Amino acid sequence: MSVASNAPLVELKGVRFAYGEREILKGIDLSVRRGQLVAIMGGSGCGKTTLLRLIGGQLRAASGQVTVGGENLSSLGRSGMYALRRRMGMLFQFGALFTDMSVFDNVAFPLREHTRLPPELIRDLVLMKLNAVGLRGAGGLMPAELSGGMARRVALARAVALDPMLIMYDEPFAGLDPISLGVIGQLIRRLNDALGAASIMVTHDIHESLEIVDYVYFVSDGQIVAEGTPDQIRASRDPFVHQFVCAEADGPVPFHYPARDVADDLLGVEGGR
Amino acid sequence: MSRTTLDLWVGIFVVIGMAALFFLALRVGNLASVDLSQTYTVRAQFDNIGGLKVRAPVKSAGVVVGRVEEIRFDINTYRAEVVFSIATRYEFPRDTIGSILTSGLLGEQYIGLDAGGDIDMLQNGDALQITQSAVVLEKLIGQFLFDRAGSATD
Amino acid sequence: MNFFASIGAGVVNGVWKLGLVARFFALLLRYSGQSFLRLHLTIREIYFGGVLSLVIIAVSGLFVGMVLGLQGYETLQRFGSGDALGVLVALSLVRELGPVVAGLLFASRAGSAIAAEIGLMKTTEQLKAMDMMAVNPIARVVAPRFWGGVISMPLLAAIFSAMGVFGGWLIGVVLIGVDEGAFWSQMQSAVDFRHDIMNGVIKSAVFGVAVSLIAVFEGYDCTPTAEGVSRAITRTVVSSALAILALDFVLTSFMFRGL
Repeated sequence: MSVASNAPLVELKGVRFAYGEREILKGIDLSVRRGQLVAIMGGSGCGKTTLLRLIGGQLRAASGQVTVGGENLSSLGRSGMYALRRRMGMLFQFGALFTDMSVFDNVAFPLREHTRLPPELIRDLVLMKLNAVGLRGAGGLMPAELSGGMARRVALARAVALDPMLIMYDEPFAGLDPISLGVIGQLIRRLNDALGAASIMVTHDIHESLEIVDYVYFVSDGQIVAEGTPDQIRASRDPFVHQFVCAEADGPVPFHYPARDVADDLLGVEGGR
Repeated sequence: MSRTTLDLWVGIFVVIGMAALFFLALRVGNLASVDLSQTYTVRAQFDNIGGLKVRAPVKSAGVVVGRVEEIRFDINTYRAEVVFSIATRYEFPRDTIGSILTSGLLGEQYIGLDAGGDIDMLQNGDALQITQSAVVLEKLIGQFLFDRAGSATD
Repeated sequence: MNFFASIGAGVVNGVWKLGLVARFFALLLRYSGQSFLRLHLTIREIYFGGVLSLVIIAVSGLFVGMVLGLQGYETLQRFGSGDALGVLVALSLVRELGPVVAGLLFASRAGSAIAAEIGLMKTTEQLKAMDMMAVNPIARVVAPRFWGGVISMPLLAAIFSAMGVFGGWLIGVVLIGVDEGAFWSQMQSAVDFRHDIMNGVIKSAVFGVAVSLIAVFEGYDCTPTAEGVSRAITRTVVSSALAILALDFVLTSFMFRGL
C-alpha cells in the first residue's frame, strides 16, 4: 500500500456541507490513522452521519478536502470511487442486510460481486467471516429470522468480507440489549486489530465507546467541540463533554427548543407578536 | 427456492408463452394458410373499386392467394389503380381477369382472379389487362327501376 | 387564484417528473449491459414477474374469452352471422384485450410487487449499502427487474389471448354449437399474422416497457418511509393503468389507420 503507516488514512480539512440552505457541517478537521479506532460522538442530528457519508463518498463536501487512502474524493469519478469503496466496509444503522438472501449469501455478496474466486473458496471465506462474529451455524437463516444483535453481527461480517482498509460504523449500538451491545463492541475492536484497518464509529453511546476506542471527536452544531483519548475525555472539564459523559439534561446543549420566555408563554402575555 | 428449480419454471413459462404465440400465429392467424413472405406484385386498374380496402384478400377459385397492398387514384386515366401481392408459388397467365367481388350479400370485398389461357405468366410489376369493376348497389337499383319504368310504358 | 396556482404546480411537477423518469431510463439502459452479463439475475425476475403471474393471466384470459363468446354470439346471431364468432373473439383478443388486460393485470400483480420490493430495499438502506459495497444498485437491482418485466409481458399477453380464444371456442363451439369449421376458418381468413398478431405483440412489448419502467422508477424514487412505499405502490398501479390505456390509443391509431 502506498500510504505510509504513520500518515493518516482518512483526513478531513475544513470540510463544510449544507443541505440547501441548512448548513450541517461548518468546517471539520479530523484525521484517522491505520490501526486506530475513532469514535465521532454528538447528539442526534448534529451531522455525524453526514460526516460518515462524506467519507464514504455518498455525499460531496461543499468546500474543504476529504482524503481517503491518499486519494482526494472530490477528484474521483464514479469508477474511481467504486474502486476505493471496495477497500471500505460500512455497517449501517440497522444492518441493511439484503432481505431476499440468506445470511450466507449476504456475506458472500461482496465476494461474488468483486472477485472471481471459485465457489469452494468463497464458501470457506464466508464461513471464516461468520465464524469471526460467532454465527457460523446461522448461514442458512434468512435475515427476518435473526434477532437485532445477530443481524448486526452478520452485517459486520459482510462489511469486512473483502478485508477493508477502512471500516465505518453508523450507530452500531442503536437498539441493542446490553449483552449484544458488549458483543458488538468487542467485535469492532477485535476486527479492527485483526485486519490492521482503521475504523470510524459514529455513535452516541458514550460509555460503551470509551471502553474500546483510541480517540474521540465530539461534534456539536456542525463543529468539533472537543477531542482526545478516552482518558482525556473522562478527565475533561469541558462543559459539553461533561454534559455528554454524565448525561445531564441541560447544559451547553439546551433542553429547551428555542422559545419565548416560559412566563410569557404560560401567562399569555402578548410578546414578540 | 434453489436456482435450478427456478430456471426450470422460467423455462416452462417461456415454452408456454412461445406455444401461445405459435397457436395464435398458426391456428388463429393465417400464417399457415398463405405464405406471404415471398410475393410478387401486380397492378390492375378499375373503373370503380367500391368498398375495397387495403389488405383485402385476393382470391382465385375461392382460395386466398394474395393481399391488396395499395390503392391509389390515377390522375391520367381517372381510374383506381390497385396494387396487390400474390404468393410466389401461385403463378397466373398474363391474360388473367381481375374483378372486384363481394363475399356474401353484405360481406367484405375482395379481388377475384380468373385465370386465362396465355402461355406467358405474370411477372413482378405487370398490370392486368382486363378488369371488372365492383357492383355498386345504388347503380344496380337505379338500373332496375329504369328498366321497370321502361317496360311499364311499353 | 389558488385553483390556477395548483394546476400550474401540477403541470410543473408532471414535467419535472417526466424529466426524472427519462434520466432514470437513460441510466437504466446504460447499466443494463452489466446485468445481461449475469443472466440469472434477470431469469430470477422473470420467475417473479412472469411465472407467478401465469395463473391469474391464464384464468382471466379464459374468462374474458368466454364472456366474449357469449356476448359476441348474442349480438352476431341477430344479424344471422353467428359463424363469425371466431373472428370477433380472436380479433378483440389479439388486437386489444390481450395486450391491454394482460398489461393491467401485470401492473397490479408484478408492477406493484417490483415497486414495493425496491421501495422497501431503499427504506431499509439496502440500496445504499449496495452502493457502499461498490455495487451499482441500478445495474444489480433495477435493471434485472426491468428486463424481467419487458420479457415476461409479451409472453403473458400471448398466453392471455390464446386462453381467450380457447374460452371463446369452449362457449361458442362446445356450448352453443357454432359450426367448428366455420369458427376456425373464418377466424383464420380474417386474422392477419403481421397486422393483427404482430401488432398485438408489439403493443404488449411497449406496455411491458412502460409498466416495468414505472414500477422500478416509483420504487427507486419513493420516500424512504412506510407511507412512501405504500404511495409508490399506489402510484405504480394508477400510472401504469393510465399509461397502458393512453399508449394503447396512440399505438392503435398508428397501426390500424389504414382500415
